Amino acid sequence: MVISRKTKAGDWIIVLICVTVVLACLLPIVHIAARSLSSSEALIRSEVTLWPKGLNFDAYGYLLSDGKFTRALWWTTLLTIVGTALSMFMTTLCAYPLTYDKLKGRKVINTLIIFTMFFNAGTIPTYLLLKDLAILNKPAVLILPYCLSVFNIIIMRSFLKEIPDSMRESAEIDGAGPIRVLVSIYLPLSTPVIATLSLFYAVGRWNGFSDALMFMNVREYFPIQLLLYNLITAISNIDVFTAEGGTAPGLSEALKAAAIMFATIPILAVYPWLQRYFIAGATLGAEKG
Amino acid sequence: MTAPALPVSSRGPRQKLLAYLGRYWTLYMLLLLPLLYFAVFKYIPMLYVQIAFKKFSIVKSVWEMPWANNHGFEYFIKAFANRDFILALRNTIMLNLLDLIAGFPAPIALAIVLNELRFKRFKRLTQTIAYMPHFLSWIIIAGLALQVFAPSTGLVNVLLGRMGLEPIPFLNDSAHWVATYVFLGVWQSIGWNTIIYLAAITAINPELYEAAAMDGASRIRRMWSVTLPGIRSTIVVMLIIRLGYILGSEFDRPYALGNNLVKTVSNVIATFVYIYGIRGLQFSLTTAVGLFQSVVGVVFLLVADRFAKKFGERGIV
Repeated sequence: MVISRKTKAGDWIIVLICVTVVLACLLPIVHIAARSLSSSEALIRSEVTLWPKGLNFDAYGYLLSDGKFTRALWWTTLLTIVGTALSMFMTTLCAYPLTYDKLKGRKVINTLIIFTMFFNAGTIPTYLLLKDLAILNKPAVLILPYCLSVFNIIIMRSFLKEIPDSMRESAEIDGAGPIRVLVSIYLPLSTPVIATLSLFYAVGRWNGFSDALMFMNVREYFPIQLLLYNLITAISNIDVFTAEGGTAPGLSEALKAAAIMFATIPILAVYPWLQRYFIAGATLGAEKG
Repeated sequence: MTAPALPVSSRGPRQKLLAYLGRYWTLYMLLLLPLLYFAVFKYIPMLYVQIAFKKFSIVKSVWEMPWANNHGFEYFIKAFANRDFILALRNTIMLNLLDLIAGFPAPIALAIVLNELRFKRFKRLTQTIAYMPHFLSWIIIAGLALQVFAPSTGLVNVLLGRMGLEPIPFLNDSAHWVATYVFLGVWQSIGWNTIIYLAAITAINPELYEAAAMDGASRIRRMWSVTLPGIRSTIVVMLIIRLGYILGSEFDRPYALGNNLVKTVSNVIATFVYIYGIRGLQFSLTTAVGLFQSVVGVVFLLVADRFAKKFGERGIV
């Protein structure tokens, strides 16, 4: 290339911009990690920046010995697994039949489903319905009401539609019914979309907050985000933790940081591995949605 | 497209239907549960919407509740006479507009920059890390922000203090809170929203870049004259979708970031409905507010869709 010198300077500016973005994303997490591992004296004196001062694991130890917190972690894990499995099952049940062009009533069903994406009754009618169904404050309220996402159904349907009809037809000649075709042809080819949507549903449930805040008042069933919210917004942790048996006052700042880490680490551990799948899923969703 | 085997065409309509059902009934069975879900959790609540026009009673069913005054519009009138609702409506539109102004161009710029990055592995790493905030809940982000931006003990203000500068009340003063809210929105979404633009960029014909380079176009010039026009239609569609959701309101984000010092700017329609409805038990009023938001939202979307089609784009409805 002729303009090499100029290009080089440009390259470094671009690298600089990208490094800034990377640091802006990472540094807050690094700072919180450092706080969670620092001594309460160092925290009170505001000495902690990106590296722990007075390294110790007391905050993690305290949270892990706090029955309420570990319970919420397990409970949210269980909710996430059960919720994601149910959501994927329902999404497949809904998306697969709609890929059959010949299915009578397909257009009507499509319209009825997509309509709910643009118009919804609102929070209060949903709340009153859940009350009438007697699932308010029951564990099911954290799974059923939002177990299907129209957006995810559309992504799944678009993906399944890409699979050539000829594959289905040749299986049909061999006498396979729709369910056989789904299980033995469509699902094995759908790893990317299954991985993507499972990630979306799982992250949604793990991060879910407002449904628990509004529909759940039984403390044993509080998911981790609700506990975390109460913890980070309390003026001091005394409000939250002494009710359960007391804590050293200086520990509170490190405790908040450690609790945030507990809620963040599972997500950080999972999403990078699914990157090549979810990029395709997100693009498809934005295009078809 | 023609179904193999089954020579159904020679028979009468009845047999045709039977043959069709014999072949496809399982598909309807598969649809049963999902359709039940939509009926129960999406369509039955729409019947409950009539509470907006009725006097709510805990002991009566939705159908038995008496109609509200003013031809049923009592609670809509009450909502618009309620100062908190007017503030919530104003804040919803204000925060969404600021989000649009700051948050819409940011991922486009980042996508164009990422596209110019020569080091492929570094590009991938940048993308992976930039996607991360999208996967964090607003509770986690609020937790981060409360610690990083705390008035005297937060990292940013400690560093400002060491440089001899005054501390900034990021989350404790209305104007600063709005700025912080918008900034955190950009932080959370900038990486993720590049995905759609990066996909659009890969569809640009590489010969255009070569031709531009041949003509001696600088890098900036190529970004401006090749990349940007190449993703124009994606930008227009995304912009129109965003405009269509201008009255939509998130709950977690303003609720988690807000506090008593800034509630005049942090309360939006979604938090108003929660506070007045679920906590305050004013069900008719808050159902009316929700209905107003949904109806206006649909109108905005339809108008936005018209515009998209007018621009020769695919539209969204």
